[in-house]
Formats: sequence, structure tokens, C-alpha cells
Amino acid sequence: MSIVTTLELLPLLGAVLLAVIPKSNAELAKRVALATSLVTLAVAGVMAYKFQVHDSAMQFVQSNKWIASFGINYAVGIDGIALVLILMAAVLVPVVILAGWHESENGKWSAKVFYILILILETMMVGVFAATDVFLFYVIFEAMLIPVYFLIGGYGRGERAAAAMKFLLYSLFGGLLMLAAIIGIYVIAGNQIGHTFDLAQLSTLTIDSATQNFLFLGFFIAFAIKAPLWPLHTWLPTAAKSATPGTSILLLGVLDKVGTYGMIRFCIALFPEAAKTFTPMIIVLSLISILYGAFLAIGQKEINGLIAFTSISHFGFITLGIFAMTSQGLSGATLYMVNHGFSTGALFLAAGWMVSRRKSSNIEDFGGLQRVTPVLAWTFFLAGMSALALPGLSSFVSEFLVLVGTFTRYPVAAIFGTTGIVLAALYVLIVIQKSLHGPTTPGNEDLKDLNLREKISVAPVIALLVIFGFFPKPLLDAINPASHTVMTHAGVTDPAPKAGK
Amino acid sequence: MTTSSHLVYLIALPLISAALLLLLGRKTDKWGHILATLVSASAFGIGVSEFFAMQGRSGDARAATQKIFSWISVGTFKVDASLLLDQLSICFVLLITGVGTLIHIYSIAYMSHDHDRRRFFAYLNLFIAAMLLLVLGDSYLNLYVGWEGVGLASYLLIGFWNQKPAYATAAKKAFVANRVGDVGLSLAIMIVFAQFGTVTFAGVKAGAPHASTAALTAIGAMLLLAAAGKSAQFPLQSWLGDAMAGPTPVSALIHAATMVTAGVYLITRSNFIFDGSSTARLLVVIVGGITLIFGALIGTAKDDIKKALAASTMSQIGYMILASGLGPVGYAIAIMHLLTHGFFKAGMFLGAGSVMHGMDDEVNMRRYGGIGKLMPITFATFGLGYLAIIGVPPFAGFYSKDKIIELAFNAGGTKGIILGGATLLGAAITAFYMTRLVVMTFTGAKRWDEKAHPHESPILMWLPMAILAIGSVATGFLFNSGNSLVNWLAPVLNSRNEVGGEELMKPIVVSTLALLAVVIGVGIAIGMYRKEVPVVAPEKVSVFTRIARRDLMQDAFNEAVLMRPGQKLTEGLVKTDYFAIDGLVRLVAGIFASTSTTLRKIQNGYVRSYALIMVGGALALIATIWVVTL
Repeated sequence: MSIVTTLELLPLLGAVLLAVIPKSNAELAKRVALATSLVTLAVAGVMAYKFQVHDSAMQFVQSNKWIASFGINYAVGIDGIALVLILMAAVLVPVVILAGWHESENGKWSAKVFYILILILETMMVGVFAATDVFLFYVIFEAMLIPVYFLIGGYGRGERAAAAMKFLLYSLFGGLLMLAAIIGIYVIAGNQIGHTFDLAQLSTLTIDSATQNFLFLGFFIAFAIKAPLWPLHTWLPTAAKSATPGTSILLLGVLDKVGTYGMIRFCIALFPEAAKTFTPMIIVLSLISILYGAFLAIGQKEINGLIAFTSISHFGFITLGIFAMTSQGLSGATLYMVNHGFSTGALFLAAGWMVSRRKSSNIEDFGGLQRVTPVLAWTFFLAGMSALALPGLSSFVSEFLVLVGTFTRYPVAAIFGTTGIVLAALYVLIVIQKSLHGPTTPGNEDLKDLNLREKISVAPVIALLVIFGFFPKPLLDAINPASHTVMTHAGVTDPAPKAGK
Repeated sequence: MTTSSHLVYLIALPLISAALLLLLGRKTDKWGHILATLVSASAFGIGVSEFFAMQGRSGDARAATQKIFSWISVGTFKVDASLLLDQLSICFVLLITGVGTLIHIYSIAYMSHDHDRRRFFAYLNLFIAAMLLLVLGDSYLNLYVGWEGVGLASYLLIGFWNQKPAYATAAKKAFVANRVGDVGLSLAIMIVFAQFGTVTFAGVKAGAPHASTAALTAIGAMLLLAAAGKSAQFPLQSWLGDAMAGPTPVSALIHAATMVTAGVYLITRSNFIFDGSSTARLLVVIVGGITLIFGALIGTAKDDIKKALAASTMSQIGYMILASGLGPVGYAIAIMHLLTHGFFKAGMFLGAGSVMHGMDDEVNMRRYGGIGKLMPITFATFGLGYLAIIGVPPFAGFYSKDKIIELAFNAGGTKGIILGGATLLGAAITAFYMTRLVVMTFTGAKRWDEKAHPHESPILMWLPMAILAIGSVATGFLFNSGNSLVNWLAPVLNSRNEVGGEELMKPIVVSTLALLAVVIGVGIAIGMYRKEVPVVAPEKVSVFTRIARRDLMQDAFNEAVLMRPGQKLTEGLVKTDYFAIDGLVRLVAGIFASTSTTLRKIQNGYVRSYALIMVGGALALIATIWVVTL
């Protein structure tokens, strides 16, 4: 059994264990969930240690027949891109559990159910990045909606049921298009090489360009909803405003990355020609996302909505990097996915603590927090600096790689993208000024600063923001061979320097 | 090229100290300021020992490098965290750590009543570390990290008292204006990489002769934009005046002596880019020329002593930028003025802080008057700085500014006459506003009320002022004798290989003209401000004075052209998102909802039945595949 499968089963095992714990013992449920996620993290660490960074092939592969008559396999394996995303997910789950110790308390159901959903979600998060069978990927891609739907609808705030439904309908719509495309490619495979859903085999097919374009769009729209890319983004702010901070972190930090990950793994690998055809359109949409998301973030009055729109801007950078199709763009975009997970994670954690203390998520209700709750204020400040990609923090490395990688092929697009850094300064500094600076807003005088549990939960995230700002090397070493493979398969090479020696 | 193993300590020591003071918090309140000062002093010690080590090596072998670790490596984009200490960066290292240490010492006394003093010192150390990285990085990307690091420190220090909304706004404004400049730096680095396949200074220097002039012009223009942001040059100058919200030692160190001059460093460091593009050099000269007049004019109308000095800084950096656009010797002269300015301006800011310290934090010069007698040391040290900045021989500014005026006149043709005229006019206005400042502050009758008790500051404050005053006197002569600074920098800036060029006027004529300009400026100021100065600024003034008081309408312009349209756009987009994009989604959803009223029965609100429907749907999809593949 591959260590990847072990990693999938561990959280599931924890969920089963939770199921037999009495509902009344919420504290025990939390501890079991935390312990499970920590063991999972440890195993993920072992997997990372065993991973051969110089080997660009899929590693820890395992394939078992699942539905033999359709050629469907349980097939998993990871390359560097999948590895870093799984690691990010494995870090974020225990952080979310520890940080939001009381998050499940306002829910429709018990704490136990909340943690069962989280752990099931973790299983799926590992599975979705590790799946090398397209059908398996699709099933997990769709099934992931269920725990998230219940997490938002059952434990969220405000109009949580409506937000959950909007999220579900958007995602199902995208999933439907992807299913049609999967059926399409399955049929083509049947005619050429026999019925299979194996990703490696499917990417050897020769598909005429018209069909490629349709199939590409089927996958791409599903991923562009998930990522989300403008104009398919409106579900995200609604969901972020209603979800608990922990759910938001897993949703924006990990699940949305399935969209951008899918673009690399499926859109470009399966339909390289179509990807080139649609690149100009996608680059324009990415740039609109970057700038539009930033302007909308500036205009938000609600703190979670603001974070959601900053993410839309950041996802624009990720898609831009992917479709620039240069080493720097592709590796930068992958690194961006990881860094964004931690950066947005820190933002949602800090904002979540601010909201739960102040009992309001309106930005204007905060104010002067730096002098009332200094540790919380510093956390929010550092997360904000990471969101604006301050050099020295991890997000700078990825954002700059994306921009420089884009510039070598599409200089005009890179210029537009770069102007986004001014808007980023605005959306971060305005909310920092309103919430942390100035005189203490009435009602905030007695807010409590972070307690030890909260400090312990956020410290690793902040530490990673700093560490990967200076030592992104381990991540890049894992990502580079994988992005090289993607480029070789798509038949593109980096532009050469213009001024010859 | 030599390798060195202890350059990293220059940066690591202050960085670790800053981290300690911030992470340990109040526990370090008692000794935090002492640790920070000692760390800064040891960085200065390392700098001095490196300087002497360099003296021991000959010309081209003087530069030393240290690779710390491999930072980013993707494809051909390879950037190491590497440091380069050469003849140019050592000048900055000594300035940053030397003046920096003096200002640490000064701040121990100046900030002694602030219960957040430890946090202040942590930020100061953070600044020192970032500024050293800026000047020691061996590539544009390393420089960028320092570049933003000093921006962060500047933001934190301007907003040190950010419980006051105006101060918090000033901090934000500085950050955003700098970010506009950062767009320039980012794009410059991208073009550099696309052109040369490397971002190290050595690599770009080697490749520059092979690049097209258009490419070099584009890089130069983007670097200039970056410099304009960081060095408060036109059109990104408006943040510097507001930055005076920070504690005065910060204004002296960051917003006068070091950080704001980083733009000059960037341009001189990129000499191989500007050497290859006369268009880029022309842009540099224009920006410098406009700013030197712009800042000087604002300086004439300010009653706030710190804002008058800030306007002066903007103007003096304009001189440096102008010089750096005037070719190889120009780079060296720009650095000379940068160093002398570092001494006399930092000294005068500390002097202003000393006055404020004695005057209950009053900054309005109309409420000063006659302070010289009560604060003799402050007056004397400030006076030496004053003589240096207006360019009286043999004080420091005389040497460095005179060279710039001379260089400007020799730029040739109409350009030379315009530039020379501008620098000369600037010198006259400088003499005017600085004399006005000194007269209003230190001489004449007292205009303060009984609450203020002006007294001389303690030794921890006046000693740094005195040392800087010595610098204001001696550095110009030192740098100029035997052309020592120009020769020292020659291996980096090529400043020795300058061909004479046609001389419009003999140096002695230029000096005479410059002195004449100074005499005129001083004379007018004494004539106007020797008499009684009204405590409240007169309302009935010419439209020019009113415009100058409002910083030549820079904020009004930015608000009208950028801020308000930006706010309108944001509001418009928020509405678009809700009504148009999400509206369309809701419309589609609404259509489905209304056509499915017959299916209302299954919409029973039970999540489990929705789940059941989803499972059913999934089964249906699998069935579809089965049908299709039959």
C-alpha cells in the first residue's frame, strides 16, 4: 500500500473513531480530531522526506481495479506539485482544528459531526491531489462538495443555508461540464487506445483541435469556478462571509487550489493545443481578476468579504503564472498556491478572532486594536503584509516568479499585473489602519488578546510565511522537475535572454 | 574580487536584535535600547574594520563578496542571497551605521519618556538591517528585499504614534507612494532578467553593452520611477512632508540621511544602465531639476520646522539625482553630496528635535524665537549645519553643491544653461529658507508663552549633534582634497575616465556666482524676518505663498486625479459586482426556482434529502457513462 493511501485512510480512521464517541463529550471529540490531524501531518512529513526531488516521475504510485468494466482504477501517485499541496493541506488541518476550538459551538449539529466532516474533507483533500485516474479525481472533486456544504450550511453565520446552496449549485454546474468532457475523452480513448481513465495514457491521445477546444473548456470552466476566476467568482465572497474561519481556510486555502491544480494537471496535460488557443483569453481574465478583485477588496465593508476578494486577485496571479507557460510562471504559480494557503490562512484566523471577540465583522467596528490586543494585531498585520507580498515573506517569492515568468513571454500582461501591487498595498493598509490604528473604537476597550492555544495555533503559520520567504528552496526543488515535465509535454521552452553576449 | 565571511553579521546582528526586542516584548523594556544601540555600534565597528581591510587591498581587488545561501532557483532565474561590499557600498555602510549609531544614542534620551521606547529601538534596528541589505545586496532582487524592508521600517516609524489618525494616514501614504515606485523597480528587474538572463549587478554590467538602447532606456526609466518613490522625487514626492509625523530621530536617520537617498544609490549603482542611454539620463536630470526647485519653494513657506527641513531634503536629493544624471563624474559627485548632506541634515534634524524637546514638542517656528541664547549647543551645532547646507566655504555643502552646479553648467548648450540656472536658483532659495528658519527659531524676540521652558538638551542628545556638526564642517574638504572620493569610487563608477568636456565657465566663476546667489538668499531672508514675526501666519498673502503653503498643490492634485476617481471606480465596481455579475447569477437561479415550484415538495429544507438527491444525481451520471460507452 502506498504511503499516499495511508495518508488518505488516516483521517478517515479518525472520523470513524469520532463516530463512536458519545455526542456529549465534545472535548474528547476535539482532542481525537486534533491528534488524528497531527498524526496525518507526521505521516505527510515522512512522505515528504522519502520523496525523491530529482525524480520527475510520479512517486508512491498505487493502482487497483475499481470498476473494471469501465477501466476505472483507484490510481494514486504524486509529483512535486501534488506533494507541496498535500503538505500544505496537512499543515492547515491541525491549525484549523486548534485555532477554532469553539468554532463548532453555534452549529446545527454537535461538535463531533463538525470534526467528522473536517477529517473526511482531509481524506478527500489528499485524494484529490493524488488521484491519477481521471474518474477517481472527478468523484473526489464532486464528493468534496458535500462536507463543505454541511460545514457552511450547518456551522456558519448569517445566511449560511443560502450561502451553502449558492456554493453547491455553482460547483455542481462546473462539475457537470467537467463530467461531459470526461465522458468525451473517455470515448475518444476507447476509439484510440481502449477504455481507460488513466491520466498518463489519456495525455497521449491525438485529438482534433475542435474537439480539444470543447473538452478543454469543459474542464477549464469547472476549474475556473473553483479557483475562482472572474466572472465566475460571486459564490466565494458569499461563502466566506458565512463560513466559519476554519472552513474558509480549508475552502480558500486548499479546495480552491484544486481548480488551479486541475488547470495544470488536466487542462494543460490533456489538451496542450487547446490550452495554447485559449491562453490569450485566460490571461485577460486573469488580469481582470487581479485588478477587479483588488478594487472590490478595497470597496468591502465586511472583513471576510475583503479577504475573499483579495484571494480572487491572488488566484488571478496564479492562473496568469500557469498560462504564461514558463518555468518561472509555472513553478511560481504552484508555489503561490502553497503560500496563499498559509497567507490567507493567517488572515482568516486573525480576522476570525477579531470577529468572534467583537461580535461583528464590519471593518468600521474595529479600530485601535493595536493598543488593546497587540498580539492579535501583530498577527493580522503580518498576515496583511504577506497578502501584499512584502519581500522577505513567502508570497513575495511566488508573486515575483509569476510576474517575471509572465514578463519574459507576455510583457504587457506582466505590466498590468504589476500595477496590482499598488492596489494590494491599498486594500491591506486601509483595513489595517481602520482596524488596528487610531483611537480605540467604543466597544473595543475590553477585548481580550490571544490566549496560549490561539498563539500556538497561528505561530507555525506565521513562521512558515517567514521561513519560505527566505528559504523557498525545498519547495521549489520539489516543484521544478514537475513543472519542467508539464512544459516538456506541452512542447514549450523558456524564452532566451534578448541581449546576446 | 575577495571573499569575506563576516559581511553577513552586518545585517544579521541588527536583525536578530530587532526580532528579540519584538518577540520578547515588555521583558526587554529595561535594556532593549542599550542592546539596540550596542548592536548598531558593533555594525559600525565591522564597517570600519572592513573599510581598513579594503584600504589594504589595491583598486580592483577591494570589493568583497559573500554568498550566504541559494535563495531562488527556477529555470535560468537564479538568485543567491549574496552580499557585495565594494567602494560604493562601504560609503553607505559607514554612513548608515555611523549616523545610525549616533541617532540610537540620541534616541535613548529623546524617547526616554515614551513607554514604547523598546518598540522604537526594535524598529530602528530593523531599519538598519534592511538598509544595509539594500546597499549590500549583489543583485537587484536582493536590493529589492532591503528596499521594501526600509519601506516597512519607515511605515512603522512614521506611524509610531498611530493612535493619532493623521499619523496613521501619513504612514499609509508613504507606503503607497513607495509602492508606486516599487512597480518601477519590479518592472526594471523583469526587463533586466528578460534582457540579460540574470539580475546580479555583475551580470547586468557585463551584458549592458550588448543590449539595445531602447531596452536600457526602459530599464533606466523604471529605475528612475523607483528612485522617485523612495527618494521623494517628482512626481512621487508628496509623502515626505507628512512623514514628519514620525519621531524626530527617525526623520533625521530615515527621512534625511539614509533611506530617502536610496534612489540616488539605485541610480549610481546602475551606472552601466544609464551610461548606455542618454534618454534615461535626460529623464533623471529633468526629475532632479524639477524636484530641487519644487522642494526649495515649499521650504520657503513652511512654518513647521520639521516640514521645512523635509522640503529641504527633497530639494537636496533633487541635486543628487540631477548630478547622477550627468555622467560618470556626476555619480561620484552625487554620492559626495549624499554623504555631506547625511551629516548636516541629520545634524539639523537632531537640532530641531532638541528644540522641540525643550519647547514641549512645539514645531511651529512662529512660536519660537530667541532660543539660541537658551540652547547654545543646539544653536552652535545647528548653525554649522546651516552654513554647510547653504554652501559657505569651507563647510561641507560648499564642496559638494558647488561641484553639482559646475557639472550642470558644463552639461553643454541650452541644457547646460537651464540646468546650471536651476541649480543656482535652487542655491539662492535654499539660502533664503534656511536663513528664515534659523532667524525665526534661534534669534529675535521670544514668541513662546510661559508654559514652555526652553533648556539645553542632555549630553546624550547634544553629543551626537556635535559629532555630526564636525562632519558638516570637515567632510567636504576631506572628500574633495586630492579628489579622494571620486578616485575611491572610480573602479565602480568609471568616474576617473571622464573626458574633460567643454567648460562653460571656469570653476572660480561658478563658485563666485554660487556665493552671490547665497548672499542674495540670505540677505532677503534677514531683511524679511529680522523684524517682528507674527505668531499666527498672516492670512493676507499672495496667491503664490498660499500655493507654496499647500505644498504646491501636490495633495490637491493627487486627490483630484487619482484618489477621488479611484474611489468612484471602486464604488462603481462594487455595484457592478452586486447588480450585474451576481445579479445575472441570481436571475438564472430565480428562473430555475420559479419553474421548479412543482418540485417544491422535495425542497423540504432537510439537508439529508438534498444529500439523497445528490447521490441520486451521481448515480444517474454513472448510468449516463454506461449508456454512452455501450
